[in-house]
Amino acid sequence: MDEPNESSRVIEHAARTSYGRLVAFLARRTRDIAAAEDALADAFAAALRTWPTSGVPERPEAWLLAAAGNRLLDQQRRADTARRHGPDLASATAPREPDPMESAATSLLGMPDERLHMLFACAHPAIDAAMHTPLMLQAVLGLEANKIAAAFIVSPTAMAQRLVRAKGKIRDAGISFDLPPREQLGERLDAVLDAIYAAFGSGWDDVAGADAASRGLADEAVFLGRMLVDLMPDQPEPLGLLALMLYCQARRAARAAGTGFTPLDQQDASRWSRPLLAEAESLLRRASEQRQFGRFQIEAAIQSAHVDGALRGQTDWPAIVRLYDGLLAIAPTLGAAVGRAAAIAEAQGPSAGLSALDAIDAHASLHADMATYQPAWALRAHLLAMLGASDAAARAYERAIGLCEDDSVRRFLLGRLAAVQSTS
Amino acid sequence: MRYAVLVYENEADFKERSDPKTMGPYMAAYGAYSAALHEAGVGVGGAGLQPPSTATTLRVRDGRRHVQDGPFADTKERIGGFFLIDVPSLDVALEWAAKCPAASRCGVEVRPELPPPPK
Repeated sequence: MDEPNESSRVIEHAARTSYGRLVAFLARRTRDIAAAEDALADAFAAALRTWPTSGVPERPEAWLLAAAGNRLLDQQRRADTARRHGPDLASATAPREPDPMESAATSLLGMPDERLHMLFACAHPAIDAAMHTPLMLQAVLGLEANKIAAAFIVSPTAMAQRLVRAKGKIRDAGISFDLPPREQLGERLDAVLDAIYAAFGSGWDDVAGADAASRGLADEAVFLGRMLVDLMPDQPEPLGLLALMLYCQARRAARAAGTGFTPLDQQDASRWSRPLLAEAESLLRRASEQRQFGRFQIEAAIQSAHVDGALRGQTDWPAIVRLYDGLLAIAPTLGAAVGRAAAIAEAQGPSAGLSALDAIDAHASLHADMATYQPAWALRAHLLAMLGASDAAARAYERAIGLCEDDSVRRFLLGRLAAVQSTS
Repeated sequence: MRYAVLVYENEADFKERSDPKTMGPYMAAYGAYSAALHEAGVGVGGAGLQPPSTATTLRVRDGRRHVQDGPFADTKERIGGFFLIDVPSLDVALEWAAKCPAASRCGVEVRPELPPPPK
């Protein structure tokens, strides 16, 4: 008989490494993510009950898959839908001969890795875009609704309800788990990339060096990014996204070090993680060899230029402005526009930076968002202070402080406010 | 829809906001938050409250007043003030609540206003 600890350790390991593959495999055959998750939860519960006495099976994941598959079959028979899905499921979960066609995609588990199908289903255009990331986090990583809710500052009940609704939509609308056809691949892949990046943080706001990793589920996002690169090794944008996230992760330690928030240009570059930076550089190089540029590769290239400049003690700001121009042409976002204004200020001086900020503000469609966009106020304050307009700078710092969500950034801005007030 | 953002503070927070050496930045953060709410047109009211040590609790039982020095319940987190905001949904209320300085320290509680009774 096994030690109970041994079996619970195996169960925990299976939950961590195989959860997403098991859900994907089951859900692809039923299109019912919630039922697959429930069946798998029952299978894990059964494992916790029986393995300590009967021993851990030789292939734990296969055992879990069979148990969950049987559970789904039972449910379907009861719901009298066995006619539709039954044969499909029965053959899917029964032991079978290895198929040479599938062997390349077949893993140690003996079942194909269908998490890519799941990622595309979760980010399907028929699903509310705001739910793409939460669905992925739950269906692929098994994250609880309340943890997801906390990361997106939504109430746990609301998040749980929306997840149920989104899964219901996938089931009832018959959203396909097939990989998108070639002509739709680019657009559908963009949705997957956006969803993974949304998990990483609320957006990359590098105006004052603020880090996207401060609020999001950064580790989970990097995990999904690595998974996507493994599943689609020939696509450049997944490489670009993973590179971008790793550049940010590499600087995390330097940000957290010392007494709170440190802007990029004052960070101690020797504290940045060299292995992560090297990995990001090599991913970005691999991506650029495909000669097919995209939003995430450009954002990663901007990070690369910042890092390179900081390490050499001289940043090529005009090059960064050009990268932002390219980024805005592909993906015009407020964050990119404000980032460009910051780069222009560095390249051409604070007045040019302010003009660039005013130009964004003049767009009617952006004006309302600019009014509550903290990095824009922080940048404006910084540039006004450089120009000696202390009163205007102080008012802009106050607005930035009032819109701030991070205590260390808030303390940093309060310090800057005190500094400009003492000079006026 | 109107929501109250209840600001919770602990003993260290109350100390920081009443100590002349540290109160400046502490209150400045709240002033800036309040200004941001009003600039965005969502702030409709609110107040900061003096520390719990200034509280007086009153209960009337059988026509008799029972007055007690101190706050109602003995907890670590106490209400230090509140903001009243008018926003379209709970999600937007939570977006604004996250910007409240207390959110990244002790915590805030967001509660919808009771609707008016049916006529």
